[in-house]
Amino acid sequence: MRWHIQTSLTLAAVLSAGVSWGNEFGDADKGAKIFKQCKTCHEIGSDAQNRVGPHLNGIFGRHAGSDPEYKYSKSMDRAGDDGLVWTEQTLDAYVENPKALVSKTRMNFRGIKDATERAHLLAYLRAFSDNPSDIPEAAPTATATNHDLDPAILAIQGDPEYGEYLASECLTCHQSSGANDGIPGISGWPTEEFVVAMHAYKRKLRPHPVMQMMAGRLSEEEIAALAAYFEDLE
Amino acid sequence: MKLDRRAFINSSAATVATLAAPRVFAAGHGKPHVVVVGGGAGGATAARYIAKDSKGEIAVTLIEPTRMYYTCFFSNLYLGGFKEIDDLGHSYGSLAAGGVNVVHDWAIGVDREAKTVALASGGSMSYDKLILSPGIDFVEGAVAGWDLSAQNAMPHAYKGGSQTELLKAQVMAMPEGGTFAMVAPPNPYRCPPGPYERVSMVAHYLKANNPTAKIIVADPKDKFSKQALFQEGWADSYSGMIDWIGSEFGGANVSVDPAAMTVTIDGEETKVDVCNVIPAMKAGHIAELAQVTDGNWAPVNAADMSSKADADVYVLGDAAQQGDMPKSGFSANSQAKVCANAVRGALTGSKVFPAKFSNTCWSLIDTDNGVKVGATYEATDEKIAKVDGFISSTGESADLRRATYEESEGWYAGITADMFG
Repeated sequence: MRWHIQTSLTLAAVLSAGVSWGNEFGDADKGAKIFKQCKTCHEIGSDAQNRVGPHLNGIFGRHAGSDPEYKYSKSMDRAGDDGLVWTEQTLDAYVENPKALVSKTRMNFRGIKDATERAHLLAYLRAFSDNPSDIPEAAPTATATNHDLDPAILAIQGDPEYGEYLASECLTCHQSSGANDGIPGISGWPTEEFVVAMHAYKRKLRPHPVMQMMAGRLSEEEIAALAAYFEDLE
Repeated sequence: MKLDRRAFINSSAATVATLAAPRVFAAGHGKPHVVVVGGGAGGATAARYIAKDSKGEIAVTLIEPTRMYYTCFFSNLYLGGFKEIDDLGHSYGSLAAGGVNVVHDWAIGVDREAKTVALASGGSMSYDKLILSPGIDFVEGAVAGWDLSAQNAMPHAYKGGSQTELLKAQVMAMPEGGTFAMVAPPNPYRCPPGPYERVSMVAHYLKANNPTAKIIVADPKDKFSKQALFQEGWADSYSGMIDWIGSEFGGANVSVDPAAMTVTIDGEETKVDVCNVIPAMKAGHIAELAQVTDGNWAPVNAADMSSKADADVYVLGDAAQQGDMPKSGFSANSQAKVCANAVRGALTGSKVFPAKFSNTCWSLIDTDNGVKVGATYEATDEKIAKVDGFISSTGESADLRRATYEESEGWYAGITADMFG
């Protein structure tokens, strides 16, 4: 629920800021070429089936992890339960860096860093969605936002002592043993993935309300401190 | 900081010299000594964190009368048949293994001038810092006709363990079509959604085993935690079974007769089969004995949970009057970590970081139907103040409700591991 509200707020903000939509359309034909690298695992179009990855017909507006015929990772199931819906914004973030949005997704893909290429790809995918009319005109490709974190944020060296103190708040729910039932384990999480994920909660790209709240009040330094602590926690 | 420590050692030597009473804890080894009273979510967490993080620089003693801790949180799930009583029990063995001196005794007095705690077994124990985390006791005379001597006939089941088991046995023994009554408490009290989760869990049990039974709730409040979520769930799952009588319909005007098993609500007497009386609450008695209470609760400073009456005494969890945080196990655990950091800093000169608090309370309404409410908090000069919060929505998908329940189970495993190690 919250996710929808957030998304529409973002769109509204973009609209009122007077960003020109029409000029930044992705090119679906170019997208078709980019999609070739996805084809190893994903099918799309008539007769598309679930293969290594789920088929991508109707992906726009689909709830994450919602195809009953496909066996998703636990992470993707959780993201779907938390309310992740595939929209232009979430797909863009996911294609850019899958693990930033869904930590332990089985989609073993390094991501597409170039925003224009992503816009082309999304324009192509959108052509196979049943309800593009549900999507504000041009929205799928118009906001070629860059979800990449400023390298300066990733370069912050966290203070592990502060991280240990801050981590005590996380450990009420996330067990230091790394146990993964009901609440995911976060021990031993590589620093960069940790930082990217926390910022995705902070920006409300990731859907979970508790985590949005917890990450929301952490400063960049505090996130770095936590990342430093949890990476070494085995 | 070194000066502080030296000053402390001097004063501690002086304390030793003037103490005549026998001491359970061997002093004179030069280590600062923290005594924690009460081994629940606040006390166990504080004891564990101080022992763990000070790496032997601070001696920590936990005074707790029971040998097994039965969590009050999740006890409603036992009433509903989702948990066994053994699932709720935790031994103090792992805390002892983690370096905490666990003493199974009652703290029966605190001499704040001499900085000693008196024990029921006859000894006393000196402290440099005292952490009180005694949970709740009940306000005498809060429900007309009820006192602690009636707790077998009409259990409160608001402290974990035997009372919870008694209430469950009584619910299971209800005659077909019988009546379960609850007298709900006024604010503030432990676990704001607790009574209503309990109503849900009793209803869940009755629906499966005694579907014509009824539940009446007499409530002195006119609204309660997660009300819209509970009432939606009651309508969906337990239609026609639960009669909630808020203050505007006389829910505050209640008396009980434990011998006759009757409840009188706003002048109307009803014969009931089970009566769960949850009286008004106050800080655990030791806080009163230590004279750190003002009214029913113990006021504390938000930055470190120290008592407003004494800088060497800290009060955690339900007993504390701290501001905006609800009285919950999660809150107590959160406060304990802030306190542990501050106490360690004061005694060893370790770095003290700014206070950060948070809370989340999950409740189960029916099978795979979990909801939650939570918030983050910060310390201001005046109180612990709410920063941001969220609550589950009505009409959420079944998948989300199931995920929320699974999350609560993950939290239970997490917080108990965090308390006991």
